[in-house]
Amino acid sequence: MTLSAYVSGLGVLGPGLSNWPEAAAVLSGQQAYRPAAAVLPMPTILAAAERRRIGRVVKLALAIALEATSQAGEDPAELASVFSSSGGDGHNCHELCQALSLAGREISPTRFANSVHNAAAGYWSIGTGAMAESNVLCAFDASFTAGLLEALTQVAVDQVPVLLVAYDSEYPQPLHAKRPIPDTFGVALVLTPQRRAPSFARVDATLSDLECDRFADPDLEALRCAFPAARSLPLLRLLAAQTGGTAILEYLDVSRMEVRIEPCA
Amino acid sequence: MRPLLFKNFTATSCIGKGVAATLESLLEQRSGLRNCEFETVDIDTHIGEVAGVDDARLPDHLYKFECRNNRLAELALQEDGFFEAVQQAAERWGRRRVGVFMGTSTAGILQTELAYRDRDPVSGALPPSFEYGSTHNSFSVADYLRRRCRLEGPAVAVSCACASSAKVFGSARRMIEAGLIDAALVGGVDSLCLTTLYGFHSLQLTSPTPCRPFDVARDGLSIGEAAAFALLERVPAGLDDGAVLLLGIGESSDAYHMSAPHPEGLGARRAMQAALAAAALEPGDIDYINLHGTGTPSNDRSESQAVTSVFGPTTPCSSTKGATGHTLGAAGALEAVISALAVKNGLMPGGVHTSKIDPTLTAHYIRDNRRAPVARVLSNSFGFGGTNCSLILGRTG
Repeated sequence: MTLSAYVSGLGVLGPGLSNWPEAAAVLSGQQAYRPAAAVLPMPTILAAAERRRIGRVVKLALAIALEATSQAGEDPAELASVFSSSGGDGHNCHELCQALSLAGREISPTRFANSVHNAAAGYWSIGTGAMAESNVLCAFDASFTAGLLEALTQVAVDQVPVLLVAYDSEYPQPLHAKRPIPDTFGVALVLTPQRRAPSFARVDATLSDLECDRFADPDLEALRCAFPAARSLPLLRLLAAQTGGTAILEYLDVSRMEVRIEPCA
Repeated sequence: MRPLLFKNFTATSCIGKGVAATLESLLEQRSGLRNCEFETVDIDTHIGEVAGVDDARLPDHLYKFECRNNRLAELALQEDGFFEAVQQAAERWGRRRVGVFMGTSTAGILQTELAYRDRDPVSGALPPSFEYGSTHNSFSVADYLRRRCRLEGPAVAVSCACASSAKVFGSARRMIEAGLIDAALVGGVDSLCLTTLYGFHSLQLTSPTPCRPFDVARDGLSIGEAAAFALLERVPAGLDDGAVLLLGIGESSDAYHMSAPHPEGLGARRAMQAALAAAALEPGDIDYINLHGTGTPSNDRSESQAVTSVFGPTTPCSSTKGATGHTLGAAGALEAVISALAVKNGLMPGGVHTSKIDPTLTAHYIRDNRRAPVARVLSNSFGFGGTNCSLILGRTG
């Protein structure tokens, strides 16, 4: 069973990678990878009141979603979306658990509203006016590939363009010791059923039993392993190379995903 | 969309373990809401607590998944021969051809809340026994069920607040239609925890009385817990008349506010219209609407407007949350099962605890049970972040 779509927009943000062109230069070997703390821009699509409320994970998700949709020339208001994150807003979660462990248990209503796993999708909808369907997923370390599978089936079955946003952020201590995600990393793809002017590759995906691809470069391999959303890197490397080929992405313990990339000349 | 067979289903909530007990409570208009005595919670509110959750035993090899949420999942899995039905599907279609799609809003976060009270006094570290991935993480209950049922198809948790386990049907539908799987274990599991009790309380959305959806004096919701599952398959040829089908799914976003519904219910309206369009049905084809109906002033006002704008003022509707409480991420699946029971048994369950219907709400809210043929039910689920999902279940033909 093969699922097909065109990659018509991309956004990337992570440690030492501030957008897709920078990530593409590193992944295609034109530039060395220099790990550095991720820099998260304040999303301009939100009103001042919302900007004050959001955490790092929402800034990350909105930044990559905006990069991908503007590259694709898609109006975000009309676009179906799939958000996939392994853990949501870790700082917000810590503050709530901390407050609940103290006498009084006074928690902030804003923190509670922001604690939902679909907070980033909610702010995206508010900021862009998107009323289309939006799904929000989690599959722990398999969250990227689960999100890609969901988005590809939606493109294939419903024949609509879909924005996929996969993103992860850190927990502070003491949860950090149990879930050591070091920083933030996210990737967004606009997948379309037909080839469009901005399309730069066709992707054909199947589930696979093969071993997943890794990086010889230890810093890039460390990046791939550090963030569930960075399990996308073998796919991004193929898209950056613009030569076509196949990548095997990590998924569940019992299966992987094989993605074949054919560049749009 | 192509209809799907709602082949097997089960639900466990404060009104009953399994569908027979659930149906009996609905027929007798019994509520499971009681004064909150959960854990160390000190809030003047009522809750829908499932009895005996912490007595449920997980298999030894899955000990890392020990938490209230997975125990509730295990408890529900043993009702109505559901575990056996999943095994039969796995044997028939192959373990890789059965997917798992589970809705939850808070998964096993209670485990983390307890661990935060038990931090090392010097280092602040959480206790060594605390497992994050198999309890706290949103995927934990989907992962538990795929391991418990030994399924090897695609698996995912959908976590869209209180619409989570309605939206799982959308994910499963697409994967079955794409041909990736032949059957799907779908559902929702959400269990009581401090985050939601104190969280809704902080928003002044918890009622001190059992919740009274659509009542003129309604003043908030009652939180409940539940696990509800369905096994979905393609519709086979030669189906008998008693079968229940999933006919339509409609999803939308409000684009309005994180914790308040759109005042005129625009997103809700869009979801209901999309579900009707997916099912190729007209509003007049729906016999009964199972409302989201949380009992908060704003939800019921906005939902009533949305329902009336699509269906007019005559389609009977009610909320079963006066009986079950708002089971959050499990509500969509629980109410899908209640909708299936409505179809199978010709029952429109009247909303309990509501004594005087708010005269400003124009939807046709029913307080007494009605026994009449029910061919098609629409069920609404809405969540924080402005996420909406409507399902349509019905008979064949």
